[in-house]
Amino acid sequence: MSEPFIEMKNIEKQFGNIVALAGVSFDVRPGECHCLLGDNGAGKSTFIKTMSGVHRPTRGEMVVGGRTVVFNSPRDAMAAGIATVYQDLAMIPLMSVTRNFFMGREPTRGRGPFTRLDIAHANRVTMEEMQRMGIALREPDQAVGTLSGGERQTVAIARAVYFGAKVLILDEPTSALGVRQTANVLATIDRVRKQGIGIVFITHNVRHALAVGDRFTVLNRGRTLGTSQRGQITPEELQDLMAGGQELVALESSLGGTV
Amino acid sequence: MAAQTGQGDERLQRISLFARMMKRPELGAVAGLVLVTLFFAATADPVMFSLAGIVNFMTPAAQLGILALGAALLMIGGEFDLSVGSMVAFAGLVFGVALTVLGLPLVLAIPLTVAVAALVGAVNAEIVLRTALPSFIVTLAFLFILRGLSLVGLKWATGGSTQMRGIGDSVQGDRLLPLFSGDAFPGLFAWLAERGMIETFRNGAPKVPGIPIEILWFLVLTALATWVLLRTPWGNWIFAAGGDRNAALNSGVPVRKVKIALFMLTACCAALVAIITVLEAGSTDARRGFQKEFEAIIAAVIGGALLTGGYGSAVGAFFGAIIFGMVMIGLTYTRIDQDWYQVFLGSMLLIAVVFNNAIRKRVTGER
Repeated sequence: MSEPFIEMKNIEKQFGNIVALAGVSFDVRPGECHCLLGDNGAGKSTFIKTMSGVHRPTRGEMVVGGRTVVFNSPRDAMAAGIATVYQDLAMIPLMSVTRNFFMGREPTRGRGPFTRLDIAHANRVTMEEMQRMGIALREPDQAVGTLSGGERQTVAIARAVYFGAKVLILDEPTSALGVRQTANVLATIDRVRKQGIGIVFITHNVRHALAVGDRFTVLNRGRTLGTSQRGQITPEELQDLMAGGQELVALESSLGGTV
Repeated sequence: MAAQTGQGDERLQRISLFARMMKRPELGAVAGLVLVTLFFAATADPVMFSLAGIVNFMTPAAQLGILALGAALLMIGGEFDLSVGSMVAFAGLVFGVALTVLGLPLVLAIPLTVAVAALVGAVNAEIVLRTALPSFIVTLAFLFILRGLSLVGLKWATGGSTQMRGIGDSVQGDRLLPLFSGDAFPGLFAWLAERGMIETFRNGAPKVPGIPIEILWFLVLTALATWVLLRTPWGNWIFAAGGDRNAALNSGVPVRKVKIALFMLTACCAALVAIITVLEAGSTDARRGFQKEFEAIIAAVIGGALLTGGYGSAVGAFFGAIIFGMVMIGLTYTRIDQDWYQVFLGSMLLIAVVFNNAIRKRVTGER
């Protein structure tokens, strides 16, 4: 297996006297989907914000492409090839898919006072990139608001990939989606992985993780409870790890199945 | 995700021309203009739609429209400016003082007026951005501050009067004057009159001596604003800044810069209107631009701009302002009491807002 593109070593993060992360180690290799699982409050958000440059770790080391790095801002992380797709997607419903796709990074033609948007190019790229993700857009000037949740998620992913992401962090991309939409997003993740991009898939849904994940790391109370390979762990074991074991087993039996 | 399902795609394909039209922000304004035109075609003296009549209502429409363009761009960018009306009076004062008290030529007086307006716009923007207060309330304060300053300043400059006269004399023969005052293309109109292609008075002079200069400004600025909005990165940033500030920031849009520029632009539009109307009247007074901020916002809203930002168009504001001019002037061509004007406008505003809201829900897919 290839060398990790990004390695997080014993990351600790404190906010005042609150310990959000108490030594988390995690790495992502090109072309793999590494799932980060954990219940609410496990420290998933803090961890990905550290990885994407929003927070600076209190202790620990980050290695990207073999070199130790310190990110001072999300911009630094982006420049290093780490793109994050947050739940709000950074997308504007009233604007067209193309305008959203190139928001803040508009392609232009001409110079001086005649600098103008290269609309034809932008539209073509948007259609092509969406096609590659398996979405046939009706038209590139369709408003993002008319897309389904899964499609919006895919636009955000396609945008990050197009602008050179080497590692893509997806913050609970399936949490607000229906069954079919979820399947589509999981298929998109698979496509992106096959392009050689490393994916960090944050979720608290064990079945979603098992559907596409290559490796699984469970976070609980700010600590990693170990990393497992695909095929070495059952859904039940993952679920127990996430919840910290005992209570959930009792709850589950009373509900009569896997939560 | 349509491609994988096939049928879903076909369902999406069936989009009618009507639905496509519904998505244009300026549709409401065009529909409104058609309705208003039909109304006056049925009720008004046909003179209203002669060349002279059209120039008659296009002139106030253009003066308002220049303000409405600034207001529309600012609204798309997610902010309001309630101080534009007072800004017209204040810029008029600055302009008048520059011409009569300081004795400057137009080539200096105009840049000075525009620069002062831009500065006030930047101050508005800085306060809004730094305090994160709604621009509504900050610019409401400036509505009063600027109106008051205009009064005080006029009295100071004229020695006690709230009207400043003698501006016409001070600019006589100025080379820049034709750009900001009077009618354009008088030669063309005289030529057309000679050949009997437009109406003339008995002595052979054309009834319409040329196109009032503000109408040309209005057309050029509408084209420019449309170009910027739809064809430049700045346009994309304006929509993004107004659509969702955080999403725009996270995508690398310079939201601060965009909003400051928009406030400055709106104030400069007010300065331009002040310059044109002050030169036309030959005087300025403290009531200049009174309540124009509301009219400009109404024109922008009739033109499809959303109060919540992120949606609208310059062409819409263009038509919105023309509706305004038609209703204001058109009623004088009918037997209808002119005081219905405000009732008419209020109703138009209400219909436009309800309509725009429905459009937004359609576009964003809200149910």
